[in-house]
Amino acid sequence: MIVAEQISKHFNGIRAVDDISFEVKEGETLVLLGTSGCGKTTTLKMVNRLIEASAGSISINGQNIFEQQPEKLRRTIGYVSQNNGLFPHFTVAENIAVVPKLLGWDKNKILERTKVLLQQLKLPVETFGDKYPDELSGGQKQRVTVARALISDPPVLLMDEPFGALDPVTRAGIRKEFANLPELQQKTIMLVTHDVQEAFEMGDQICLMDKGKIVQSGSAKDLLFRPANDFVSSFFENQRLYLELTALKFSDVWQWLPQHQEVSDQKLDSKTSLWEGMEQLSGFADKALSIIDSPTGERRSISQQDIQNAFNQFKANI
Amino acid sequence: MEPSQSLWDFMAQQSDKLWSQTVAHIGLTCISLLIAVVIGLPLGIWIAQRKKAAWFVLGFAGILQTIPSIALLGFMIPLLGIGPLPAITALFMYALLPIIRNTYTGISGVDAAITESARAMGMNPWQVLFRVELPLAMPVILAGIRTATVINVGVATLAAYIAAGGLGEFIFGGIALNNTNMILAGAIPAALLAIFFDFLLFRIQKINLKRMRKVSIALPVLLLLLSSFYIIPKTQNQMLAGFTPEFMGREDGYLGLKSEYKLDMPTVVISDAVMYKAAFEKKLDVISGYSTDGRLKAFKLLTLEDDKHIFPPYYASPLVRKDVLVKYPELQPALELLTGKINDSIMTDLNYRVDYLKQNPEKVAHDFLVSAGLYKKPSNGNKGTIRLGSKIFAEQYILIQMYKELIEGNTQLKTLSRTGLGGTKICFDALTNNEIDLYPEYTGTGLLVILKPSKKDLKNLGGDREKVFEFVKKEFLNQYQLQWLKPIGFNNAYALMMRQEQAQSLNIKTISDLKIHSSNENHQH
Repeated sequence: MIVAEQISKHFNGIRAVDDISFEVKEGETLVLLGTSGCGKTTTLKMVNRLIEASAGSISINGQNIFEQQPEKLRRTIGYVSQNNGLFPHFTVAENIAVVPKLLGWDKNKILERTKVLLQQLKLPVETFGDKYPDELSGGQKQRVTVARALISDPPVLLMDEPFGALDPVTRAGIRKEFANLPELQQKTIMLVTHDVQEAFEMGDQICLMDKGKIVQSGSAKDLLFRPANDFVSSFFENQRLYLELTALKFSDVWQWLPQHQEVSDQKLDSKTSLWEGMEQLSGFADKALSIIDSPTGERRSISQQDIQNAFNQFKANI
Repeated sequence: MEPSQSLWDFMAQQSDKLWSQTVAHIGLTCISLLIAVVIGLPLGIWIAQRKKAAWFVLGFAGILQTIPSIALLGFMIPLLGIGPLPAITALFMYALLPIIRNTYTGISGVDAAITESARAMGMNPWQVLFRVELPLAMPVILAGIRTATVINVGVATLAAYIAAGGLGEFIFGGIALNNTNMILAGAIPAALLAIFFDFLLFRIQKINLKRMRKVSIALPVLLLLLSSFYIIPKTQNQMLAGFTPEFMGREDGYLGLKSEYKLDMPTVVISDAVMYKAAFEKKLDVISGYSTDGRLKAFKLLTLEDDKHIFPPYYASPLVRKDVLVKYPELQPALELLTGKINDSIMTDLNYRVDYLKQNPEKVAHDFLVSAGLYKKPSNGNKGTIRLGSKIFAEQYILIQMYKELIEGNTQLKTLSRTGLGGTKICFDALTNNEIDLYPEYTGTGLLVILKPSKKDLKNLGGDREKVFEFVKKEFLNQYQLQWLKPIGFNNAYALMMRQEQAQSLNIKTISDLKIHSSNENHQH
């Protein structure tokens, strides 16, 4: 869907982005992860030409973006920024209607769509439609920003630290909510963050960037268990155990789980992370859970101790 | 003016003038403001994206702002003449800086995240500007327009100096005539206008962001409407007169011209400082001036004869303490050596040398005495000291130097010069308080400024030279023990002036000739 080949950006001789390539498949989420100044935001903004690439090529759906008029290109790409960027002189409804108006939609269509979207985002249009951004909480503002990006149903969504301005509690809640939002399921998304948990939770593919280059690209498991170099492994050193437990699903350690015994009514899918399993069992040393691998119908039953054993086996077998 | 007349009476009496001046004032302010917005706003927007140009443009507009307003108006005369055009141009220049600067600040101050998201949603640069940047910068831009408006209401009073009208006509007329009611009749409406505009724009500024989009349309419309108040006078082939604010309000000035000569020609009010030049450059045809002013010669102007004697005589003559004349009897003959030696044109020439050729007044006086055969070497006597005073302009400096040389050459007395004693009041007080012994004074000034006779007495005197002199001489002796010596000969009075060539080609020599000519002109049109 999005293919970037050997793109670079130079600012006064400084290589902010240095000859990188990546591809995002349709419906996938690519996360650009890294510390401040690594070039991740610059990379993102080159995709909708807020920043013009110095070299390289980018195509979306097979079309070269440099051959399109920037304004027209941007109207087909949803954009969510860190500081929400809502227009303070527009109401919530007017803010959301910006892109459809540029696209020349008629009033009723805009109104209908706004209603549906705000309903999904738990901001009923009757209550919030006529409010101004400074009357909203941080979390509400960010929802409006997402609604604004989604209103014209663009196939591609770019998100620049979308939850960066929120406090950690709100952030975790909204992230979960968004992950489950039907509108977002089908989108091809590029997301920039410096938050590793966020990256692991949202990303199908994660590009870890440093000094304008992609150091390693792959799934969370690839980065954790098969780091390309010391930079990658040290990047995740901080919360390694937690990250590893969230990155691993029961299906990944299936072979090391004990055979099934009828122990409880509680069942988990094999796509559940080890961390979630441990959370469910936390505080019950002798309790056990049933895990079902839905494609095959196979079952396992596990206790806390079983999860730890399987995890250790997995690590030993890398 | 009768002292009993209240401000309200004055304003009621002059309501026509007051109204037309106020309308002109609003017009001047709004037209110049409109032009400043039309030019300053795009310029401010343009430099908001170009920091280097911003430095230059703001610097330039800042320099314009520092030019003193009266000087700026003066610069305008040679370029644009007199009247509304140079006034509006000058006002426009003053309004420019606050508008450019606030537009620049307002646009630059819009959160970069907001403009970026506007671009990210697919707005083109114009849409970003009109839908996002301008509405968000509007409160700051309005603050700039507000500042510019208040500045302009104030500076527009100066437009009266260059014949563009406005409330300055009353203000400066009142100052010149020492007429408080007249000053207030101009100053109070001007202040009210400033407060009103300030309040109006304050309210607009406070309108919340939501309605700002409507404001950005309504404001230009409002400005245009107010500008239309002021219809720039049509150009005319008729002769145009320009008189100082003081002259306009005086019985022995414009009022007398109207009542005695029935002179009725298009007239504008203008400052003394630019009047002569404007006449020279054919922006004006008739001006009011002083008959011995050096600029008469410099600008080739001709004084018209006051054939109905409405301008009282201002003959210069030494005003001396009586006790000094008694103590040194040889003083009076020495001083009166000058009597009859200097007529109007000689005095004009002497003034011209000092004012325009920048010659030293001492040298001009000395050269004259030598050429007139009056000069004698100082006798370096030691009999006593005569203290000479003078007012603070060239003619008086020249006269004082002549008296110094005459006294020192013809008597055994020494002299001490105390020149530059400000105005009439200061000289006169110095004389009565025995701080100086003599200074040159003018009969008209003695009559109108110091004696201030009743209307009846004035009427009896008329404009007669001898009668005025005798009256002043007698009263000064009785009241102050001061002696007027014989007049020197020249008359530095009010006069109407025209360009020599024009007066000759139209064959106008007297004010009555002028009256006949302008009436004929009025008929033709």
